[in-house]
Amino acid sequence: MSEAPAVPQAASADGIGLLLQAPRPRAGWRLLPARVGAMCAVELQKLRHDRTELYTRAVQPALWLLIFGQTFTRIKAIPTDGIPYIDYLAPGIIAQSAMFIAIFYGIQIIWERDAGILNKLLVTPTPRSALITGKAFAAGVKSLVQAVVVVLIAAVLGVALTWNPLKLLGVAAVVVLGSVFFSCLSMTIAGIVLSRDRLMGFGQAITMPLFFGSNALYPLSVMPGWLQAVSKGNPLSYQVDALRGLLLGTPAHLALDFAVLLVAAALGIAAASSLLGRLAR
Amino acid sequence: MTQDAVACTGLAYAFGGTRAVDGLDLTVAEGEVFGLLGPNGAGKTTAIRCITTLLPVPAGMVRVFGHDTAEDRMAVRRLLGYVPQQLSADQSLTGRENVALFARVFDVPRRERAARVGQALAAVDLTDAADRLAKTYSGGMVRRLELAQALVSAPRLLILDEPTIGLDPIARTGVWEHINAVRAATGMTVLVTTHYMDEADQYCDRVGLMHHGRVRALGTPAELRQGLAARRGTTTLPTLEDVFREVAGSGLDDESGDFRDVRSTRRTAGRVG
Ligand SMILES: Nc1ncnc2c1ncn2[C@@H]1O[C@H](COP(=O)(O)OP(=O)(O)OP(=O)(O)O)[C@@H](O)[C@H]1O
Ligand SMILES: [Mg+2]
Repeated sequence: MSEAPAVPQAASADGIGLLLQAPRPRAGWRLLPARVGAMCAVELQKLRHDRTELYTRAVQPALWLLIFGQTFTRIKAIPTDGIPYIDYLAPGIIAQSAMFIAIFYGIQIIWERDAGILNKLLVTPTPRSALITGKAFAAGVKSLVQAVVVVLIAAVLGVALTWNPLKLLGVAAVVVLGSVFFSCLSMTIAGIVLSRDRLMGFGQAITMPLFFGSNALYPLSVMPGWLQAVSKGNPLSYQVDALRGLLLGTPAHLALDFAVLLVAAALGIAAASSLLGRLAR
Repeated sequence: MTQDAVACTGLAYAFGGTRAVDGLDLTVAEGEVFGLLGPNGAGKTTAIRCITTLLPVPAGMVRVFGHDTAEDRMAVRRLLGYVPQQLSADQSLTGRENVALFARVFDVPRRERAARVGQALAAVDLTDAADRLAKTYSGGMVRRLELAQALVSAPRLLILDEPTIGLDPIARTGVWEHINAVRAATGMTVLVTTHYMDEADQYCDRVGLMHHGRVRALGTPAELRQGLAARRGTTTLPTLEDVFREVAGSGLDDESGDFRDVRSTRRTAGRVG
């Protein structure tokens, strides 16, 4: 790295040897995983430099588990098939905190647009769908790190979670897939409203209905009919169902849950990619 | 026959009713430093965003090394290094991470990545600051970092939109020296915009003066200055700034330098400072 500074001309001439030749393009199918890897790496680097968000975002789920979870465990108002309510609640809160991160991910895209970062990425050999997929998985990685924190909080509060590594791998996949969908939902709205403030408003308007209109807090069976219908169309419900099945071993519809999440993620990527061009103008 | 690095024919782009670029004909020869000049709102940035594939234009309007930007987008992007008008390094990453991201998205193989990123940073004199967060950089350092980001993929065409805006004279010279050193080694083509006429005069092989979306004067800085001298019938050679004033101030400038343009320029300058 440190050439003798005595002969700056010569040093700088052979010090840029690698910059003389353009890298060979990666072939077809290998491009997408490479871009996804690049975006996820950036997200992890940012988390490493600044962990405040990780901690502040842990407060809310901790309060949900601590206050709501413990209180409702005592009053036994919600039928949970015999497991303590706080256990029942934990997967719902994991899904919620992952969703919150993903839903506001579109703000980051708009911020990157305003800062010129997005424009520069769009001038690299990265198809728009690959850029969106990369960003969506980066949101997934961020959510996953947050989910680990919430799982640890839940464990500390005495929730009986599985430590089976295969099931935990499944949990990670569910968290990432859900975040891919919700971040794409967010980036789709970003492509429509084009401004940070409006997206912030949208995000706030939809997170609570998505959360309460799901099985995160209570089972489908106690909901009124109309809410059951809403909940069945809500990807968050499938995410929570899968998390409950994997983490607590309750009966779940894992195949259906994964199928719904995969289809939702694919549709989300398609929608957000088609609107990304609007952000570039 | 050498191929043109950029060839625009009748390039036009409108934002709603604003015809930002309006029939631009322009060729940039391989290996030259071409300066695109013109008042605020002339359409320089818009033209550049068409050339970089950021704005969609119909086929036949823009070619980069023979590739049509409408048909062969990926091939065009692989040949480009782009530094936009606003400062665009990611503040929450280190300098090295900023450059490494661009190495990755240009498919630099893993085994070569660290070395290549190191060379790009060294080429702009940022080796010592490489592992600091970009938010601690001065304006001149951010611009050099962006240069490193653009250079890491060994572009054949480097596009710089006001690379020296808001920089002090020493930082400006620094940016240009680094551009020229890399150019001397690689022979890449440079397309640059600037509002500093002294810079254009000193560093550009040819300049095009844009006004209202079109090139109004084209040639080497010397040619343009001599042309104006001949028209005025004076013996003292006018400066490039005089040429600029003649073209830009020719009675059709009510719309140029409107609030929006000045505001966006200020914002960029503000972020640099
Ligand atoms: N995103 C946009 N939406 C609407 N109008 C735009 C947009 N970008 C540019 N314009 C308009 O297009 C015209 C050309 O703008 P452009 O940014 O290309 O000028 P410029 O020559 O780069 O100016 P400057 O020297 O100030 O950077 C201006 O009238 C500007 O207001
Ligand atoms: Mg401009």
